[in-house]
This record gives sequence, C-alpha cells and structure tokens, in this order.
Amino acid sequence: MSAPPVPLLDVRGLAAQYGATRVLHGIDFAVAEGGITTILGANGAGKTTTLRAVCNMIRTSGEVRLAGARIDGQATETIVRQGVAHVPDGRGTFMNLSVEENLRVGAHSRRDRAEVGADFERMYAHFPRLKERRRQQAGTLSGGEQQMLAVSRALMLRPRLLLLDEPSFGLAPLIVQQLFGILRAINESEKIGMLLVEQNAAMALALADQAYLLETGRVVMSGPAEKIRNDESVRRSYLGY
Amino acid sequence: MDQFLHQVLSGLATGGIYASVALALVMIYQATHLVNFAQGQMAMFTTYLAWALLQAGVPYWGAFAITVVGAFVLGVAIERIVIRPVENAPILAVVIVFIALLVIFNSVAGWIFSYTIKPFPSPFPKEPLFGNSYVSSHELGSTAITLVVLLLLFAFFRFTPLGLAMRAAAQNPVSSRLVGIRVGWMLALGWGLAAAIGAIAGMMVAPTVFLEPNMMGGILLYAFAGALLGGIDSPGGAVLGGFIVGVLENVVGAYVGTELKLTLALVVIIGVLVVRPSGMLGKVHVVRV
Amino acid sequence: MNGARGQRRLIGVVLLLVAACALPFLIGSNYRVFQMTLVLAYAIALLGLNMLTGYNGQISLGHGAFYAIGAYSAAIMMDKLGVPYWATIPVAGALCFVAGFLFGLPALRLEGLYLALATFALGVAMPQILKHEALARWTGGSQGIVIVKPDAPAWSGLSQDQWLYFFTLAWVVVFFVLGWNLLRGRIGRAMVAIRDQPIAAQAMGVNTSLVKSLTFGVSALYTGAAGALGAIAVQFVAPDSFDIFLSITLLVGVVIGGLASISGAFFGALFIQFIPNIADQISKAAPWAIYGVVLIAFMYLMPSGVVGLLRLLQARWARRRKSVRATDPSSPVTQRSET
Repeated sequence: MSAPPVPLLDVRGLAAQYGATRVLHGIDFAVAEGGITTILGANGAGKTTTLRAVCNMIRTSGEVRLAGARIDGQATETIVRQGVAHVPDGRGTFMNLSVEENLRVGAHSRRDRAEVGADFERMYAHFPRLKERRRQQAGTLSGGEQQMLAVSRALMLRPRLLLLDEPSFGLAPLIVQQLFGILRAINESEKIGMLLVEQNAAMALALADQAYLLETGRVVMSGPAEKIRNDESVRRSYLGY
Repeated sequence: MDQFLHQVLSGLATGGIYASVALALVMIYQATHLVNFAQGQMAMFTTYLAWALLQAGVPYWGAFAITVVGAFVLGVAIERIVIRPVENAPILAVVIVFIALLVIFNSVAGWIFSYTIKPFPSPFPKEPLFGNSYVSSHELGSTAITLVVLLLLFAFFRFTPLGLAMRAAAQNPVSSRLVGIRVGWMLALGWGLAAAIGAIAGMMVAPTVFLEPNMMGGILLYAFAGALLGGIDSPGGAVLGGFIVGVLENVVGAYVGTELKLTLALVVIIGVLVVRPSGMLGKVHVVRV
Repeated sequence: MNGARGQRRLIGVVLLLVAACALPFLIGSNYRVFQMTLVLAYAIALLGLNMLTGYNGQISLGHGAFYAIGAYSAAIMMDKLGVPYWATIPVAGALCFVAGFLFGLPALRLEGLYLALATFALGVAMPQILKHEALARWTGGSQGIVIVKPDAPAWSGLSQDQWLYFFTLAWVVVFFVLGWNLLRGRIGRAMVAIRDQPIAAQAMGVNTSLVKSLTFGVSALYTGAAGALGAIAVQFVAPDSFDIFLSITLLVGVVIGGLASISGAFFGALFIQFIPNIADQISKAAPWAIYGVVLIAFMYLMPSGVVGLLRLLQARWARRRKSVRATDPSSPVTQRSET
C-alpha cells in the first residue's frame, strides 16, 4: 500500500485576524497536486482573508504546507518565490506600467531569461487582447482585460500553485466562461494547482475537483465539487441556486 | 543680450544641480509619499567626505567614485537602520525623524570638519572652453555630468529589470510583494541612489558656493521648487522644473537683486501650489468621493 | 465638564496653577526664571501650532515666521512707537491672525506634503525678508532691535524676571482657557471633522474653507502672541533667531508633546527649551547631533508624543482596575464607563 500523495497545499488550523477582529477561526483545507480546489461562501465569509492568510499578508496562525514544507510565517515575497502566485481581489494591476511591463514584472523572480520570452508568447496566445494592447498603460484597460492581465502576470511566475481571488468579479458572463476555460486548459496542460475563491458558485463548481464552503470564518461543508454541485439541499441553503 | 545669454547658460548649469537634487527628492517621494528633508544635508556630508579624500591625496576622479559609492551605501544604511523602524508610524513621526537626520548630519559635519568655509576643487579647467565669454568650463562640465547622470538613471529605470522592480515597488508595494519583489530592499536602493545623486550634486556645486555645513540649504529649497514646478510625482517633470528654476533664479537675480533669491523660491512654490499643484508634468489627482 | 472625571481634572489644573505660581520663588536664580518664562511662551506657540496640525491636520513647517512677526511687532511697537509692553501682545496677536488667515487662504487647497513645503518655504525665506533693506528702517536690518526690559511695578515687590514670568503666566491662562473653549465647541469639532473626514464634513454643511483659514489665523495669532512674549523676555530680536530651525523646533515640540492635546504643549515646551541645553552639556562639539538622536529615540519609543504615552499607560491602568473590580464580588460590576 503506497502512502497518500502529498498535497500541493495543506492548510491546518488557519486562523487570521485584522487588528483585534478575528475573521478565520481555524480552518482546514487542501489542494491536490495538479488539482483545483474552490472555496465558496457569501460576502464576509472570509474567502479573501483565506488567500491573504496563505500568503501571510495579514496576521495569521496555523500550519500552511507547500508540497510538505512549512511556509507559514515567511515573508510574502519569500512564499511567492517558492512558486505561489496570487491573483488578488481588485486585480492589483500596476496601473502606471504598460501591459508588457506588468507581465515582465510578474517574471521578476525568475532567472531563466529565454524561457521568460517564450512565456510572453504563451500569454499572448491565451489572451490576444493583451498582445494588441501591450504598450498601453495598464490602467486604461477594461475590467475584463485587467483580469486577464492579472492572471497572465501570475502565470509569468511559472507557479506551482495559483491563488485566484474572485476572478469572475465584475466580468460579463461570456468573459468569465472564456477565462475559466483557459484556466482549465492551463491546469490540464501544465498541471498547475489552483485555489479558487469565488462567489459565483456555479462556475467554480464546474471547474474545481474539491470544494469547501466557508461561513463566517468556518468551514461548514467540504467534499468533491461534483457531489456538492449535485446536492440540491446544499445548493439551496448555502449557494442560493 | 550678451549678459542675458550668460545668465541663462549659468542658470542652466545651476539648474542641472537643482534638477539632480529634485530628482532625488522625487524618487524618495514616489516610493514613500514623503519628502526627504535631510537630502541636502546628506549631500553636504558626502561632499565633505570627498574633500577629506582629496586632502589625503586621492586623485579627483578616484575620490569622486569612492564618494558616490560611499554615499550609496550610506543611503541604503540609513533607510534600513533609521527609517525602517518608523515605517508604520504616523506621518509626523517620520517627518521628525527626517528632521533629526538633517540636524545630525549638519552637526556632525560641523564637528568633524569645523564650520570654516573650505574651497573645493573643480575637475574642469579654469579657462573657458574656446575662450567663450558666456559660460565657464566648470558650468559646462557640471551640466554635462548632471545630464549624464540623469540619462543613466532614466535608462536604468526604463530598461533594466531592477529599475522596473523599483518602479513597481514604489507604485504598488502590495502587488509587488505578490510577484516576489523584496519591497523593503527596493526602498533601500532608492535611498541609496538618491544619496549618490546628492553626492554628485554636492561635488558639482561646492566649487561655486564653497564647502560649509549650510551650503545645501538654498539649493534644497530650489530643488523643492523645481520638483513642485515640474510635478512632484514625475521624474521628468522634476528635471525640467529644476532647470527652469535655475534659469529663473539667475535671470531674476541679475535684474532684481540677489538678496531676495530665497523669497523668489517661496514665490515660485506658492505660485505653483495655487495655480496648479500637480505641476507641469505631474498627474492631476482626481479624488473620487 | 461632567462628573467625577471633570472634577478631578479641574482640581489637577488648579494644583498645577498653584505650583506654577510658586515656581519662581522656589527656583531662585533669575536665569532659571527667565528660562521658565520662555517655556510658558513656547507653550502658547505650541498650542497654536497644535490647533493647526494636531486638531485640523494641516502640517506647518513655517510657524517660526509667525513667531517672528509677533516678536518684531512687539519690538517695533515698543522701540519705535513707544507702546507699553503689555499692550503689544494683543496687537501682535491680531496682526498675526490677519497674516495667518491671509496665508491660509491660498494654502487651503494644499494637502499634507504640499502645505508642508509651502510653509517650509515661508520659514526659510523669513530671515531674508527681515534683513531686507527696504524694511530695515523698521526692522533694524541684520542688527535687529534691542528692547528695554520692562520694570516690575513697585507694589509687587518682584524682580523684573519674576514679574515677566507672571505676566506671561497670566497670558498662558487666558490663551489656554480660550483655546480649550474653542476646541471643545462647534468650531473645534469642525476642525477635527475636517482633519479626519474632510469630504464627509463638507457634505454635512461644514464650511471647510472658512474653518481651515480661521484655524490658520488663530494658530498664527497664538504663535505671534507667543513671539511677542518671547521677545520681551529675551529683550532682543534679530533676523537669524527666526530661521527655519525655529519652525522645525516648534513642530518638534508639538509632536513630542503629543498631537491634538492641550497639555502636550507644556511637555513639548519643556523639551524644546531644555533638551538642547542638556545636549550641549553632553557634547560641546556636536550638541545638535545628540538632540537629533534624542528625537529619533522619542519617535521610536513614543510616536504619539508624551501625552500619547501617558494616555496609553492610563488606559492600561484603567483596564486593570476594571478587571480587578469585576472579579471582586463586593464591588458594583456596573459602573459608568470611563472614556
């Protein structure tokens, strides 16, 4: 009997607070190697906080393991350099840099110059709009384009794990479908693990393998995405559809 | 007409100095949204170090190089050791720390090197180029040096990965961390570069105004005026503003009298702030209610 | 003022006043009395600056200029116009109010850094303006003006220095009571609202421009009156005593004492009067370097000033008292909350 595979991201007892207000009360979740996990919940449930806590951007406690190694307590930039790319809520675009510079800065910590060049082309292939606008200031892009830019910037890191904070927010449904399609393709071809935090439960559950439901900082339900999607009572009470 | 041309060219030379210091101010402002009031004193202090090296017999350009590198290290050290602990303190506390640095540098310079005015050599020949009567070799030379420095900086920020990282860190520290940029060190680098620029400015201006602990006071004020005029958040603007203020100062000084030079700076500053606070090239900040 | 806390405060203030009155007789040396007179004058100046910076959020690096205007007004009135010394204070204050209000008008649109720079320019330019030959007839140019020290009235039996001390103390009481009233009234609340949420304040009908200009004016009034008092004590005004370092020193005093606090003015005044002397004693060669190091240390340890630290300690002590009371079954658990 072989040992169970080490998850790409293994989180135990994660608690987080803003100042004196505790927002996460010790949650457990995991992302399998090459898998897609989604964390769902209403506004204020603590989803964005979870992603921030994984990157140690706020005060946290608990254990966070990346492919078996503890990363909790390390500086954000150190965690990022180990292959964790975070597409933050609000996209975090460098407004005054050009599109191309946004991508280039995404590859900041990489040493393999030739490969970076190839990755530029790959991103432009995924998102032709970005290629059209590469010399434009990123602040002039539309919401959807900035989202694509944010995802591309994160991918320029060649991450092992991609954290996505509400990528569908403020986007037209067609664009969201396009984006999620690309995410699935990338996950399948490059085996990048993904932790997706979403309010749009339907789309997230269609994409992910594992799902967790968060309610005021606690996991109230977890399991294979398929199962949760097909469970009518769960959908009605927690996901609103 | 001759006189006027001479004043303008002379003004461009001093303007180059103001432009450099203004650029140093803008660099730190962009990264921290704070103005380094101690910039002038740090420049003065490093110029004294150059003087000490020269006294010890080091040839000019050797002393120049060592001073620039030394200033860079000093700037980095100050940011890491003195500024970092108060990074998150209220803004006025940080202003006080800047002021404390200003005062410390001024006092230590006076203590080590005394307050007597010292001459500082210029690396450029005494005779004007081609015997012209408009601009001295030193003015020409220092303008050339400041232009070279500014061009190098521009190229650094625009075309190198490190320059890109520094720009990113200044604009958006949170997103910068998320691409793996060590924001703290970018800030320290910015301080180092600003200090190096200040040292060069100091060494270029010392031959004209003579070396003494308060030599950078007026220059700092003019650099402020230039940075504001050009746009406090625009490096290009700061440079442009510096040159304009240099010429203005010289021309007005020649025709109106030199006792009110500082008052002129005040008028420029107030004028800019009243008419167009974002300066000529700065972005107009629209506050969304 | 309400309740037990208000009473305690009043008693505290009265005690302080009594102590202040006793001080000149306890110190002995006339020089020390003179130094304490300066502390009182600085306290008024610091209260003025604190109104602008602490309560209204406008940074000024040029208040030395208003101190200078007040000082020179008093000197010119006494020396050239024969005005008795006690009449110069309100006039100096009024002049500075107008100057501050006028300066405040264009400065209205400037925020934070930009205002700091504009006031910094004012502070740097002031000595030059004072030395200018066009004004030299009145200002005495670079030489400045010497003021004759006023005599104490015969019935008081006090020395000149002691009399000046009480004269200044009287003004301290007047200005602090007026200031306290202003700050806790409608205008004071408007000032703080503008500092914290300018847009919301405007939306609620606060005339932001008027309040900001008025605050500038009042702040300049206080600092100018302090300048006049200081000039009379020092008996001398000269352009170089009012350089940018004075403006810097005033700001330092406000921050060290504690922003947005009235009592902070005294801690700040004590600091700016005595720490340079102490620094001088520690190192004759580089006293300002020591001063700078002390400043940095203060900012590391108490970025909210002395008053901020005291409030922190007070809050901790109050919390401990509360928890002790709560666990003590015989004490009333419900009590009026201490804010």
